[in-house]
Amino acid sequence: MAQLRPSSPLIRIFLLFVLLPHSSLTTAQAIDVADWSALKQQARGQTVYFNAWGGEPRINSYLNWVAQTLEQRFDINLQHVKVADTGETVSKIVAERQAGNDTNGSIDLLWVNGENFAALKQNKLLFGPWAEEQPNFSLVNADRFPEMREDFTVPTDGLESPWTRSQLVFYHDSQWLVEPPQTIAAILDWSTSNPGEFTYPRPPAFLGSTFLKQAVLEISNNDPALFAPVTDDEFQRVTTALWDYLDALHPTLLRAGRYFPNSAAELRRLMGDGEISLALAFNPNEALLSVRTGELPDTVRTYVLQGGTIGNVSFLAIPYNAQHKAAAMITANFLLSIEAQARASDPNHMGSTTVISIEDLDASARQQFDSVSTDLAAASLEELSRKLQEPHPSWTPALERAWIQRYSAR
Amino acid sequence: MLRWASHSLIFLLAAPILLGTFIASLPAFGYFPPLGSSDFSVEAWRKLFDVPGLTRSVLISLISGVLTPLISLTLVFLYLASATGSKLDLWIRRLVSPLLSFPHAAAAFGLAFLIAPSGLFSRIISSGLTGWERPPDILIVNDTWGLSLLFGLIVKEVPFLLLMSLAALPQLQPRYRIEVARTLGYRPTIAWLKVIAPSLYPLVRLPVIAVIVFASATVDVALILGPTLPPTLSVRVLSWFNDPDLNLRFLAAAGSLLQLVVSLIAVAIWLVLEKLVGLLWRFWLAAGNRNTGESLAFVIGRGAMPTVLMVIAGSLLALLTNAFAGPWRFPSAAPSSWTIQHWANSLSDLSAPLFNTVLISVSSTLLALILVAATLESERQSGKGKSTVMWLLYLPLLIPQIVFLFGIIVLTEFAGWQANLSLVIFGHLLFVLPYVFLSFSEAYRQLDPRWTQVASTLGASQLKSFWQIRIPLLLAPILTALAIGMAISISLFLPTQLLGAGRITTITTEAVALTSGASRNLISVWAIVQLSLPIVGFMMALFIPKFIWRNRSGMIDTR
Repeated sequence: MAQLRPSSPLIRIFLLFVLLPHSSLTTAQAIDVADWSALKQQARGQTVYFNAWGGEPRINSYLNWVAQTLEQRFDINLQHVKVADTGETVSKIVAERQAGNDTNGSIDLLWVNGENFAALKQNKLLFGPWAEEQPNFSLVNADRFPEMREDFTVPTDGLESPWTRSQLVFYHDSQWLVEPPQTIAAILDWSTSNPGEFTYPRPPAFLGSTFLKQAVLEISNNDPALFAPVTDDEFQRVTTALWDYLDALHPTLLRAGRYFPNSAAELRRLMGDGEISLALAFNPNEALLSVRTGELPDTVRTYVLQGGTIGNVSFLAIPYNAQHKAAAMITANFLLSIEAQARASDPNHMGSTTVISIEDLDASARQQFDSVSTDLAAASLEELSRKLQEPHPSWTPALERAWIQRYSAR
Repeated sequence: MLRWASHSLIFLLAAPILLGTFIASLPAFGYFPPLGSSDFSVEAWRKLFDVPGLTRSVLISLISGVLTPLISLTLVFLYLASATGSKLDLWIRRLVSPLLSFPHAAAAFGLAFLIAPSGLFSRIISSGLTGWERPPDILIVNDTWGLSLLFGLIVKEVPFLLLMSLAALPQLQPRYRIEVARTLGYRPTIAWLKVIAPSLYPLVRLPVIAVIVFASATVDVALILGPTLPPTLSVRVLSWFNDPDLNLRFLAAAGSLLQLVVSLIAVAIWLVLEKLVGLLWRFWLAAGNRNTGESLAFVIGRGAMPTVLMVIAGSLLALLTNAFAGPWRFPSAAPSSWTIQHWANSLSDLSAPLFNTVLISVSSTLLALILVAATLESERQSGKGKSTVMWLLYLPLLIPQIVFLFGIIVLTEFAGWQANLSLVIFGHLLFVLPYVFLSFSEAYRQLDPRWTQVASTLGASQLKSFWQIRIPLLLAPILTALAIGMAISISLFLPTQLLGAGRITTITTEAVALTSGASRNLISVWAIVQLSLPIVGFMMALFIPKFIWRNRSGMIDTR
């Protein structure tokens, strides 16, 4: 009981009991998103509730480091609220608005993209614009990389700040599968002659939905309708071939398609157990990281389909009713710094792909990103440059709903 | 003077649950002003019945709701009939409380790895027997009809029903009854089934109904072991509730009411079964058979309990090996190396959730104990005996969590309450109270009243004799009740997650969050931490009285 650091659980409990009911008193400060030094002042002593997916221990411990650093440098108390699905967070914000809670929101910052961002933006539930005012925003070179201002074709309009890049990759166990299929069509051919060696997570698990999008993009040859809001007619027209494909594919999957894994992690476990030979991931480094921990055999290799795979950027956004907007912005700006991004891209820490434009950095700063290794298990940078655009966000729930309708009750 | 206690106890339990159920049911009929809908309609029900695979989801919930208690209770009764007084029985009686504390989710996760085609069992037989190089492609875990879910539930509920039966048995004086029956020529197992079972069943009926409700509405076990195409009704309701499309909340509300109906139908089916079995029993008793079926009942009874124990031990072993395993490829029966890396990686993340877990479980259980003790003391002082409204205590066990918790959440959202620790502790109190009451009330009521009379004769006040006579005499049952209450609190997922808005993390919520992304090794580490906490509680319940009464041998004997 001798030392009570502000982050100690006892203090936190005390804060929860005593301060929360009164904290509305401190929220009425005016926010000037351009005055960064005033923001720093305001942010002192604030707590940032950061709702971010909490299923990946590497990300969780990276955020622990971020919390410690923010505490030391900015006197900000970052609390990672671990959510299983960003949809829950969106649902919470909407519920708060419906209940008339416009100033005391329980979420200060969230990790978001795609249909969740689209829903929040459309319902005007986000604070901003603020993202392009951040001192570190220039590091992403948004003029060269338009995806930093575009989230699944929807303009971000400064409502969210880039955080990490992701890309769909496939990985295979070279002990059982030497030459993996290079296209969506080839996956069906291979799986037909090798039944039970492939499966994908059950939509609406996001990796499963991404597989559906990859398949529909490839089968429809990047039909332009996919990049506009979905309509019933277009959906019918574009997806007919997708259902034919899946009808043929499912009987050849693991357990003859009568079971689908719940998540990317369950899929990875199936690979580690030797149940399947081909799997997919949304973090290009996932296989490499799992080989290092021994979860996957060292015969696993990562690759990108011949015609490219879906890649996207995920962002940080601030709800309109957040209580601690200043501290949330300081946090986002720190997460975008060279120091934080370099650590995040280090496979020994978080192992994600940075949003910073590395070529624009000077030599010494660039060096900090050298830890991204050229491991055998990783996909090459040349492969990763074959990127497909995400379809318009309205396609995601439409595809998920149709999938559930067709396959969830066979 | 103490009447406020029993009144507040009942109010504390009944009000939020009944109000929660009521509020949760409003959106099902289209009434939900926060979403701008204040007209009653049956739209949500129409949508609900259009959901693909709904019949299957409902059927699976019903099947596990009826078969779980049926099979578990049969096994427990056959075991008691065949093994009472044996060496095996002494062993199992010691194990039953710690077994009960094995949290559902951890047990399910261990079991899933035990029985999966690439799991521990398959790995052990592959090296010698089958010669499999790769796991066979068979659907075991998450099977379409929920058989592995049923299996997991039975393995968990058998210890619970056994504990409840063992607690109720002494008041039936089984030894004398059996002796009478044996004298009349009945073989021992048949004698137990004929003279004890009919009197024991009414005493464990309430726990059995709690099992029906739990098995038909479980979320955490169904997520791990249950079918996925489609999932059980409870799992689907939860996913609708968490959907960013808030219009699905109407569907979720209708779904949760349907869940309540399904659980009630399962209970109704059980009540019909009860009548049928009662009728059969009467014929069987009247027929006067003394031998028929003895050996069959004996074999099943003696075999069932060790089998259940072995499955639980196997799940535990699966968790332990994974928590210390280095790389472990199929079909090796053991990991290629052992490591403490998984523990080292989790150490820094454990402290805050561990602190919360202990704080929440200790405070909710102590509150529960104070309320229960005050209620029982007032019941004793007033001399009126058991109050009829006491059945309300069991409401949290009889109404599926998923139904009334959503109502409570809507209420807090509407009232603009922030998620905080006291709300979570209160939520836990709802679930802890009935168990503390179940485990403590019999001991309290059965304590010989003459002790207090002697104390009064010697001039002690009611208060003094309560503190200096009753409480010390009841030290062991108090500690057991605390251990059970804490075990229940530690295993609670949904109330912590929903009432704490994800901000208040416990070992259980962290473990469940990790299942969506972490390695099996790491999940096993958290599961082991989760299940060892209640074991610490049971150990303390066992050893503290022995320590305090180390110079009072009479105190230990009276237990």
